[in-house]
Amino acid sequence: MTIRYSKDHEWIRVEGDEGVVGITAYAAGQLGDVVFVELPEIGKQVRAGDEAAVVESVKAASEVYAPVSGEVVAVNDALEAAPQTVNESPTGDGWFIRIRLADKGELDALMDEAAYKKMIEG
Amino acid sequence: MTDALHRTPLYDLHVALGARIVPFAGYEMPLQYEGIMAEHNHVRDQAGLFDVSHMGQARYEGDEAALEALITADLPALGAGEQKYSLLLNERGGIMDDLMLSRPDDGGIFLVVNAACKAADFAHIAAKTKGRGTLTPVADCALLALQGPAAKDVMASLCPDAVKLTFMQAGAFTLAGTAALISRSGYTGEDGFEISIPAAEAARIARTLLDHPAVKPIGLGARDSLRLEAGLCLYGHDMDETRTPAEAALMWAVAKSRRERADFPGAAIVLKQAAEGPKQKRVGFRMAGAPAREGAEIVKNGETIGVVTSGGFGPTAGGPVGMAYVNAEHAAAGTPVEIMVRDRPRPAEVVKMPFAQHHYFRG
Repeated sequence: MTIRYSKDHEWIRVEGDEGVVGITAYAAGQLGDVVFVELPEIGKQVRAGDEAAVVESVKAASEVYAPVSGEVVAVNDALEAAPQTVNESPTGDGWFIRIRLADKGELDALMDEAAYKKMIEG
Repeated sequence: MTDALHRTPLYDLHVALGARIVPFAGYEMPLQYEGIMAEHNHVRDQAGLFDVSHMGQARYEGDEAALEALITADLPALGAGEQKYSLLLNERGGIMDDLMLSRPDDGGIFLVVNAACKAADFAHIAAKTKGRGTLTPVADCALLALQGPAAKDVMASLCPDAVKLTFMQAGAFTLAGTAALISRSGYTGEDGFEISIPAAEAARIARTLLDHPAVKPIGLGARDSLRLEAGLCLYGHDMDETRTPAEAALMWAVAKSRRERADFPGAAIVLKQAAEGPKQKRVGFRMAGAPAREGAEIVKNGETIGVVTSGGFGPTAGGPVGMAYVNAEHAAAGTPVEIMVRDRPRPAEVVKMPFAQHHYFRG
């Protein structure tokens, strides 16, 4: 199982030609209590770095960027009723979207876990 | 070039308690400790301790009519041991700041003003009262706010006399061995106290208060969500020099006698607006889904009718809440409007404030 990380604190878990995207535990902790999540429509085409979703904490709204290009094939509707899942399980039930990868080569531009850890520990 | 940020006497304590520190009004202040939501709920359920030492404290002595001419209070009616919320207005009736006035002891009027405005406020008051009164900033005192339903029990354990105060009363007391000015007030909508103490004693007293099992430290994040739910204005956001008390729905802070005498700054403009109805008015709104934040446009049938000045998620209200200025014809409670969030209009409704019931102790 391959998990890659973006510098904007998204993770992507690669499953065949698709990838599941969420935000890291570090990012969820920085945001604080998530009170609302706005998800894209299924079928939306995104390019790496595009805004794919929005996460709202008590204090502010933050963008979630697509770490890779592709088509949004599923969204985590459960977050609409239970946005706090992003805090409770950022890398599990708190996923945001599933993307059909346009170019698996883009994954090479992302970080592995060791590199991401190094980045946040600065 | 930016000026170095100031620190309050409790800065080291905030850091020791694990606060996330942010710059605010020229100070390094705690945004949060364990998290905004938990802190907000703790104040509503038990009690929270806020460091508000960045705010401006001052004493005024001398001809009180000179001070009264700058604000909206009836100072002869401010009795010993009483506190009033008032507004400092410019010549056009624009709000320069909101402030608390009290007569806690024989040392003249005690003023508390906003941190971001304090230098300008104090310069304005000193200049306008020159030769008639003396404004002395109280620079060597910290200011703490103890807020929440358990605040009275906490205060009773340290200073039983202060618990005899009712909402908007103030006095001089001895708190944990230190001289303190204490008022029964705050900015959360809950019962509670504001406590002015010497800076040198502040950390010790804050720790003593935090030792009580009901008390947790609360940051600016929860202070903002608590005051918003209580329907209380934040200066520089929900009011500023471009807004009058009539537009800001703060005519209740203009004393009846001052309205009758029409002798407060900008009275002609403000009273005309109040009588005819201002063009725009501050209102509260609720919505579902994405919270509208400050600056969001309010629309109706494709036309812009107002702007959000404070907005966010209200933990006690259980959803997004906010304040806005809207054109008067859309200001009635129950009016459906739309608010632009990320370029999409979202349904919202003008509602009465507060969003969370006040729990002041009125005796």
